[in-house]
Amino acid sequence: MAEKILIEGNEAIARGAIAAGCKYFFGYPITPQSEIGEYLSRELPKIGGTFVQSESESASIYMLYGGAMSGERVMTSTAGCGFALMGEGISYISAAEVPCVLVDVMRMGPGIGTGGCHGQTDYRLAAKGGGHGGYRCIVLASSSPQECFDLVQLAFYLADKYGMLVMVLSDFIIGRIAEPVELRVLDFGSVPEKEWALKGRGKKGGRYDWHSGGTSYPPHSIIQNVTGYHVHQREKYQEIMGKEVRYETYQAEDAEFLLVSYGSSARIARGAVDMGRAQGLRLGLFRPITVWPFPNKELKEAALRAGKVLVVEDSIGEFVDDVEFAVLGQVPVHLLGVWGRHVPGPQGVIHPERVLEEVKSLL
Amino acid sequence: MSAENKVKVCETPKLRSFVPILHCPGCHYGIIIRLLCENVEELGIEDRTILLGGVGCSFTWPAMFNLDAASCPHGRAPAMATALKRIHPDTILITCQGDGDLGAIGLGCFMNALSRGEKLTTIFLNNAGYGMTGGQMAPTTLLGQVTTTTPGGRDSETSGYPLHVAELAATMKGVAYSARVSVHTPANYQRAKKAVKVALQKQIDGIGYSFVEFLSACPASWRITPRECLAFINDRMIAEYPLGEFKNVDRID
Repeated sequence: MAEKILIEGNEAIARGAIAAGCKYFFGYPITPQSEIGEYLSRELPKIGGTFVQSESESASIYMLYGGAMSGERVMTSTAGCGFALMGEGISYISAAEVPCVLVDVMRMGPGIGTGGCHGQTDYRLAAKGGGHGGYRCIVLASSSPQECFDLVQLAFYLADKYGMLVMVLSDFIIGRIAEPVELRVLDFGSVPEKEWALKGRGKKGGRYDWHSGGTSYPPHSIIQNVTGYHVHQREKYQEIMGKEVRYETYQAEDAEFLLVSYGSSARIARGAVDMGRAQGLRLGLFRPITVWPFPNKELKEAALRAGKVLVVEDSIGEFVDDVEFAVLGQVPVHLLGVWGRHVPGPQGVIHPERVLEEVKSLL
Repeated sequence: MSAENKVKVCETPKLRSFVPILHCPGCHYGIIIRLLCENVEELGIEDRTILLGGVGCSFTWPAMFNLDAASCPHGRAPAMATALKRIHPDTILITCQGDGDLGAIGLGCFMNALSRGEKLTTIFLNNAGYGMTGGQMAPTTLLGQVTTTTPGGRDSETSGYPLHVAELAATMKGVAYSARVSVHTPANYQRAKKAVKVALQKQIDGIGYSFVEFLSACPASWRITPRECLAFINDRMIAEYPLGEFKNVDRID
């Protein structure tokens, strides 16, 4: 077994990136994810890598894009409004099909929000995409520091495998709670060669490439073949939807009431499952790990078995849309959102007791 | 002259790709592409050069060269170049950006790259307007100049003043070289070629950011003939944007 240490989710993200062979990080400070950049600014130079503090998230995303073209493993991280600024760049990266990893540690609310307090309000932006042109990114939602460490490594592998931006979605609570993390280096297998990487033709046996966000990436050039380019993109996304769905269930097999949740809220929902089971209520939990591709089929089956669904998420309702789409109206879907917090101020959280209370009111 | 007496005095640079020049007749961009090819070849850096274009008429530039290259989103070439240079420090990074790309949407990105003292070279194409979108005002448009968005001529009260990027870059500590050149006469071509060579040498030597601004004709948006463009550069553009070196240092302490 690998070494086990007590670290917060943000540090687990940073350590996971290094474990995956990422030596280059570009980012701008924003709460609640600044610890990722701080850790990497200290550690990357020690392994021959580079940390660049950008002047904005708009610059971070283009440093990520340029860095991805180098052929090396590169990462950025952000939150809330910083994530929104990256939309255009994510679209370009998706069009150019270059691999890289983006971490979003969610905070609360639109605008400046609650000044960097907990929330899960970037779900729609992450899962549906905040940029133009119609693209998809694999989005891995973490619910513990260990999972942060593991999912960042998986994200780099999937990015290289499919040639795309892969996102790790965390939140304030996951980023800031400390838990034991086993520093296991995961091996997912080989990835395609990056013969297209920009590094000067001298290092490529005279070969040279021209990249340009979607317009010229052979053999799928949008200028030469608009339909072919989009058919290629669709086939790639279909393949991912078929192969890369990930989720976790807890006590869901015999559940008569299914909680559906992700990230830190899934930990709260899991607590409610245990409390309910102790009182003789057959509760279960379904937790998507990939929120794109969303586990539609698996969730629908679990929801049909249970017959009733309560979504728990710390927002006014974003994730619930995907749950409703998955069950297609065949099972009633209820939502416990931000109004379920124990106090109305920025320090409020949804407690398992409140979730159980909501379940009982629906039975 | 008979065919056997013909002497070849000029040929296409080896670095020029098969893609034809896609700019309008009378545009100077083709001349500047040739000038860049000549310099990269003469410095012998073609095997380690990466060239980045912007959005606007420089979008197609990466395809003009037999080099590793990329077209960048609007104004973002310095950020992309920063990452590529930091990851592959032995490469030579050239960004080619127009006045809307660098001077408007990308000014912050550019200034921050200068501020960080990145070891990059930027070729800035100042044609006093937006060419690709059909002749709108750019930050570099002259006062009184008529464009499709300044139909009465650029008025400083409503549209501000011409932006002097070469002078601005020279004020930045991390900049090793800043110059403004033109290619509207053969003599100026030679001076411009020398300036670009010096700029690239600054990057090769790892001294600091190097910057060369080109005054360049745009007959389509200026709504005058290519020949009249030469006079416009000589009489109007140079009066606003003087040619010369604004900074040339071999060390940044």
